[in-house]
Amino acid sequence: MSIEIRNIKKEFGNFTALDNVNLDVPNGELVALLGPSGCGKTTLLRIIAGLESPDHGSIHFHGEEATDRDVRERQVGFVFQHYALFRHMTVFENVAFGLRVRPKKTRPTEAEIHRRVHQLLELVQLDWLADRYPPQLSGGQRQRIALARALAVEPKVLLLDEPFGALDAKVRKDLRRWLRRLHDELHITSVFVTHDQEEALEVADRIVVMNHGRIEQIGSPQEVYDNPASPFVYKFLGNVNQFNSRVNEGQAHIGDISLSLNQHHSIQNSNALAYVRPHDIEVFTEPNGEQTLQAIVSYIHAAGPSVRLELQPVNESDTIEAEISRERFRELALNQGAHVYLKPRRVQVFLETGTTTPS
Amino acid sequence: MAKHKQKNVLPGFNLSLGYTLLYLSLIVLIPLSAAFFKTTELTFAEFWHTVTTPRVVASYKLTFGASLFAAIINAIFGLLTAWVLTRYTFPGKKLVDALVDLPFALPTAVAGIALTAVYATNGWLGSILEPHGIKVAFTPLGVVVALTFIGLPFVVRTVQPVLEDLEAETEEAAASLGANRWQTFRRVILPALWPALLTGFALAFARAVGEYGSVIFIAGNMPMVSEITPLIIITKLEQYDYTGATAVAVVMLVISFLLLFAINGLQWWSSRRNSASR
Repeated sequence: MSIEIRNIKKEFGNFTALDNVNLDVPNGELVALLGPSGCGKTTLLRIIAGLESPDHGSIHFHGEEATDRDVRERQVGFVFQHYALFRHMTVFENVAFGLRVRPKKTRPTEAEIHRRVHQLLELVQLDWLADRYPPQLSGGQRQRIALARALAVEPKVLLLDEPFGALDAKVRKDLRRWLRRLHDELHITSVFVTHDQEEALEVADRIVVMNHGRIEQIGSPQEVYDNPASPFVYKFLGNVNQFNSRVNEGQAHIGDISLSLNQHHSIQNSNALAYVRPHDIEVFTEPNGEQTLQAIVSYIHAAGPSVRLELQPVNESDTIEAEISRERFRELALNQGAHVYLKPRRVQVFLETGTTTPS
Repeated sequence: MAKHKQKNVLPGFNLSLGYTLLYLSLIVLIPLSAAFFKTTELTFAEFWHTVTTPRVVASYKLTFGASLFAAIINAIFGLLTAWVLTRYTFPGKKLVDALVDLPFALPTAVAGIALTAVYATNGWLGSILEPHGIKVAFTPLGVVVALTFIGLPFVVRTVQPVLEDLEAETEEAAASLGANRWQTFRRVILPALWPALLTGFALAFARAVGEYGSVIFIAGNMPMVSEITPLIIITKLEQYDYTGATAVAVVMLVISFLLLFAINGLQWWSSRRNSASR
């Protein structure tokens, strides 16, 4: 079922949680609402679920108006960050809850409930825990039970509020891959909220980046990572170096170097911010004729798949972060304090007005 | 190999245990056992006769029946009060919250006189109820009213903190799974409140069984009708029938103990069922 969100506004006292939000979630997609805390992503999710009502605007499920529909009738499965399992019920009863509370006419028989619950528990690979109580389970197991419970009512839409937020890093990684596989199997339209960009980039079909109650950018993980629509998205998705620059007739000037842009040819001497990802900075030990920034290696993080360098530019105060492969690091034979020359491979410039230009 | 002594952050376990035992013995155990010893001055036949005279038996029935009834009323309305105080904001909420504790603070005799004045046939409420054939003051109903009054804070104060800690998310989860309000209350909220509710009920009941001051004013103390057991004990004491008084006291003690034991068992059972678990 597709979801259409139109002009949603929500205020809490003086605080604007959502400011005129429009969003379409196509049928069967897994969409991530990504943003820092307080950006309104959870509020939006709760409005889609019907746990919160918007001050203004409307929600449509598959073209049908659902703004005033009660949460009970929306046929949404909701998974909470802190699981919200019923602790006095066994795992089995937790999953069966949604079936047992149905009106007599539509309630499945006991045998049918039994069959369905075990089927769901097998789906989340926890059938062997059916008789345990939630407090006896680990966080990852609890969240999978919460998911099975939400799926038991055969929801048309699955909503997950920071589903892996309370788990430790390893479990988190396993679970999000598992969620992706599960989604590929079930194809339920799903929306999940997260503040973890890595999680969103890895799991989602489409990412909605939010900030201050507004949507900053909507796109596939690759789109939002490679072509951020605003400085905020740039900074929020992955590490980035920010440089003050001037743009003049299609040229961006950062410190001593100038780079030609394929836009802004008519701009005269305008202040702009230039962004370069750490892995888009090339590091040389010799100034091989090209325009480069000079810097001194102030710290080396050599643990991990690549080597991260903290660099102190000679003419600027802000440190620059560069990421190079281990091979390249060995080739350069860098030490702390070494003098290096930097060349940005790929720069994106945002003028004061906020237009974008890949170089 | 030498056994390592368990180290605690706070020392003094032995001292505090010894003190606790001594204190409990002096304050609780010795006076209670004195009642038993005094009673042994009677032969069993005399004892049995004293504690089974119709007037005394009627008083047991009134005391325990009215206490149970009052505790049940308190459990229901105390839960409701706690619910309103935690879930809603309204003007004067703080005042209502403070009012709940009043029965704790008020001298019981004051409560008794106040209730009697209000419920007597010429009182504010009594004069309204009288024409409808409802007599409160000087009847067993009056006893229930007084016991309900003094037991109110127990349920409210035990349920309130648990209700405050209850995650709103579990209720939202229930609603998103299609449960209606009653189902959510019955299947999700009530099981979580049950242990606290039972504790409050037990405390209110125990307090009501031992209540004397507020009851004797409103009860009218008619033998066989509205005479409570504590009053019988006092009456016997006033007649210098010390062994008779302790005999009745012992019976009360045993019944109270058994009832509290049963309630505790129920509590243990329900909390174990909840937290097979925690």
